[in-house]
Amino acid sequence: MTVDISLTVNGETRTGSPEARKTLADFLRDDLDLTGTHVGCEHGVCGACTVIIDGRPVRSCLMLAIQAAGSEVTTIEGLATDGGLNPLQQAMWDSHSFQCGFCTPGFVMQATAFLRDHPDGDEQQLREALSGNICRCTGYQSIIDGVLLAAERNRER
Amino acid sequence: MKLPPFDYEAPETTAEAIELLAEHDDDASVLAGGQSLIPLLALRLARPAVLIDVNGIGELSGVSASDGQVTIGAVTREYVAEESQTVAESLPLLAAALPFIGHEAIRSRGTIGGSLAHGDPAAELPAVARALDAEFVLRSRAGERLVSAADWFEGYLTTARRPDELLVEVRFPAAGKGTGTSFLEVARRHGDFAIVALATSLTLADGTISDARLAFAGMSDVPVRATEAESLLVGERPSAELFAEAARRATADIDPPSDLHGSAEYRRKVAAALVRRGLRAAADNAIEGQ
Repeated sequence: MTVDISLTVNGETRTGSPEARKTLADFLRDDLDLTGTHVGCEHGVCGACTVIIDGRPVRSCLMLAIQAAGSEVTTIEGLATDGGLNPLQQAMWDSHSFQCGFCTPGFVMQATAFLRDHPDGDEQQLREALSGNICRCTGYQSIIDGVLLAAERNRER
Repeated sequence: MKLPPFDYEAPETTAEAIELLAEHDDDASVLAGGQSLIPLLALRLARPAVLIDVNGIGELSGVSASDGQVTIGAVTREYVAEESQTVAESLPLLAAALPFIGHEAIRSRGTIGGSLAHGDPAAELPAVARALDAEFVLRSRAGERLVSAADWFEGYLTTARRPDELLVEVRFPAAGKGTGTSFLEVARRHGDFAIVALATSLTLADGTISDARLAFAGMSDVPVRATEAESLLVGERPSAELFAEAARRATADIDPPSDLHGSAEYRRKVAAALVRRGLRAAADNAIEGQ
């Protein structure tokens, strides 16, 4: 069965008729062509599909697309401004936070939520906040460095 | 792993949800936060014909307190409980356990009732519910039924809920004066399921323990109370020797599982250490709060 839905994605109203069983992650990728949201484990373990829904970080593979009807969704595509990197993305770039890049969108979205809620958060809080995201390349240190650098720059501004 | 096909219903009231459950009975699964059910669907471990999505039922969400009791609607999200002033003040044990549940993104969607109805024996909320003797409120066409936490958890991922019943709320007794609590967990990584976790609550009256609760997660196919250790503690004054003896009693007759995360022997040792630490922390909290 399919269900007609309308939701806001990165500030734009989007509509679709996904099958009831389609996850939000697949809807974003397949129906809306927003392939920046990555699908890793598809059962809520890796965090690669993290997006922000109504202000909260959520795993888009653990939510049906039709459950997002009426919601405001922000994906990785919604962060960059004027075609450039936003301050968090820039700080992570400067810190060599990523290698293969597969986990990147999930980390960036989770870190976005963290910085908004904890502008003065310390490294331990950050590590806990990112503990639900798996990276198989970096060993995490460069990711932590990047988010902490972004936090530092935000405070200086 | 894509989800198998299913029909989807999104009732807007409890009454509608109950009618749908009566109609579909065994063929239906209730979809709350989906943080356990969606993976079960993805892995084809669950194949319901119909999903009854209760997320749109506003009356099932919320935290309220009255007459020494805190009532939490089944669809209250875990992060909402985490941010609740009522939970922080009246249910310090629950407040301490909530940050251990999954990760932040899991708690954005996961619900109090969903976790308790899923009944994972290594999860945090079942141990808290057992420690506090929470009461489960079920509704069906036949009316309302109350189930105590002692009777709720029947086995691995199995609860006393019948297929036609909806868990509508969970009632917890508020912590009284002189009560101190602690929630401790050992896991490989923050947010993972517990290898062993322990919910502790101690009540002191004039320096003597008047009530003691110890509930383990990860030690059996259901959350378990260490009743022998609890009876040993009541009537005594807190001391390191007493707590060490309670740790021995609590772990003497328990038969924990062995898996790749830890052998039964390892779990028993961890459990004993948690009892000693948990009792000390709960006693300290109780003394501070007096």
